[in-house]
Amino acid sequence: MKAIVVEDIVKKYRVGKAEVSALEGISFSVDHGEIFGIIGPDGAGKTSLFRILTTVLLADSGFASVDGFDVVKDYKKIRNQVGYMPGRFSLYPDLTVQENLEFFAAIFNTTIKENYDLVKEIYSQIEPFKNRRAGQLSGGMKQKLALSCALIHKPSVLFLDEPTTGVDAVSRKEFWEMLHRLKVQGITILVSTAYMDEATLCDRVGLIQKGVLLSVNTPKRVISEFKDALWAIRAKEMYPLMEAIKADPSVLSCYPFGQYHHVTFHNKAESKAQLERIIKNGNYTDVEIFPIQANIEDCFMALMKE
Amino acid sequence: METEKVIRAKELTKKFGAFTAVDNISFEVAKGEIFGFLGANGAGKTTAMRMLCGLSLPTSGTASVAGFDVYKESEAIKKNIGYMSQKFSLYEDLTVTENISFYAGIYGLNDRQIKEKTSQLLAQLHLVGEEKSLVRSLPLGWKQKLAFSIAIVHDPAIVFLDEPTGGVDPIARREFWSMIYAASARGITIFVTTHYMDEAEYCDRVSIMVDGRIDALDSPMNLMKEFEVNSMDDVFLQLARNAQRIEG
Repeated sequence: MKAIVVEDIVKKYRVGKAEVSALEGISFSVDHGEIFGIIGPDGAGKTSLFRILTTVLLADSGFASVDGFDVVKDYKKIRNQVGYMPGRFSLYPDLTVQENLEFFAAIFNTTIKENYDLVKEIYSQIEPFKNRRAGQLSGGMKQKLALSCALIHKPSVLFLDEPTTGVDAVSRKEFWEMLHRLKVQGITILVSTAYMDEATLCDRVGLIQKGVLLSVNTPKRVISEFKDALWAIRAKEMYPLMEAIKADPSVLSCYPFGQYHHVTFHNKAESKAQLERIIKNGNYTDVEIFPIQANIEDCFMALMKE
Repeated sequence: METEKVIRAKELTKKFGAFTAVDNISFEVAKGEIFGFLGANGAGKTTAMRMLCGLSLPTSGTASVAGFDVYKESEAIKKNIGYMSQKFSLYEDLTVTENISFYAGIYGLNDRQIKEKTSQLLAQLHLVGEEKSLVRSLPLGWKQKLAFSIAIVHDPAIVFLDEPTGGVDPIARREFWSMIYAASARGITIFVTTHYMDEAEYCDRVSIMVDGRIDALDSPMNLMKEFEVNSMDDVFLQLARNAQRIEG
């Protein structure tokens, strides 16, 4: 049995007179003990999907199940055994840190003591502030408290909707290390993010854009399916260089990537020759050119254009 | 000839009671430079930026922005800078053109200039036909590009970008950075904070704040060499992991 099954889920919203499509018939499944990432920008449909799977929103059509339970018929069973950390902070700001955790333990008929081992690593970091009201915590602390509350009843599946948005690189890294330790304990994790680099930390990913899954695969396979020959180029004059490359008819795509521009050409075989020709026609210094392997963002952009 | 400096900060410090939020930082930013201002949450970035924008008085040290003193000439600073953040940028309940004329008006452009700027921006941003759309109805990527264009509508000496690109798709993020490059090529200094470490690599120079201090300041290339790593992410992790300050 799969931990999560999603079959042809459709969700539309009415905004004034217009109809906006949030999910256009998406399908995928998640195995037990897997970390599955839903990777895509704001507005791609990530939150609608999470709300449908956690039974707080009804799909227009399609089927979905969590731990074998139908999200429509068996919603009560699902609610008892999954953990959900929504993107927006949704704990009680007027309760203290400890009161929030006690509250969530109590409504799931358990106690902090009973499952302390599961949350210990995360909760111990905020325990010094256990008498502080949740509304007074910093962003990083709120995130840790919300995760503790989502875990306190030992869920079988954990839903994390954009847990790392607005979080700095160090805290993001620590957060992912934490998720990998939860996975070891057998918890299935569905996590969404707009940070493409986090894709490589998942077992499998679904790349989502405008309510459509562009690809469902392991990060490695997503990368190996990149079709074009990708070249990296840099020079001291990065902006004029980009303008020149973009204006050249032989170029298929050119995107800035940190210190380099990533370039693909219509004719793969002539890539290097074409780049050298473009360089020759301008006044560039400290030029460096080499072939490079695509990363998840390269793949995402290529898939977006298909 | 010495390059023109748009920001000069010397031993700039801000204390809140016993807590030193910004601890004796010194740096200069040249005209047209793209300057990345990085640090973990709580490292003191926002406090430092608020002092440079003339919104908060330093406890000690000196700083000038666009040639104006942060102690005595904060009003002149506000007129000569632009500011954009993910959280505060445009009025969602106003249309595209209303937002443009509102901000242009606040920055003192006259009616003729506002008209010119409006049609120029609409064309550049491919927003012709969307003039009367409420900003709320625009896709996030368009909003961010519009917000940036409006932040520099008065051709400021420097624009402060506080985490400008969160959440948008990778193509929109790159279109946004192309606009930043173009503004810098026009001589506008860019001062940007971001959590995307690959964006740090687009900057001419990058500073990294740890516990209120600037612990590193150099070009991304030199920083990677110095720390013997291949990405700014690793530079950042090495520095920020030394932080003593407990986020509370």
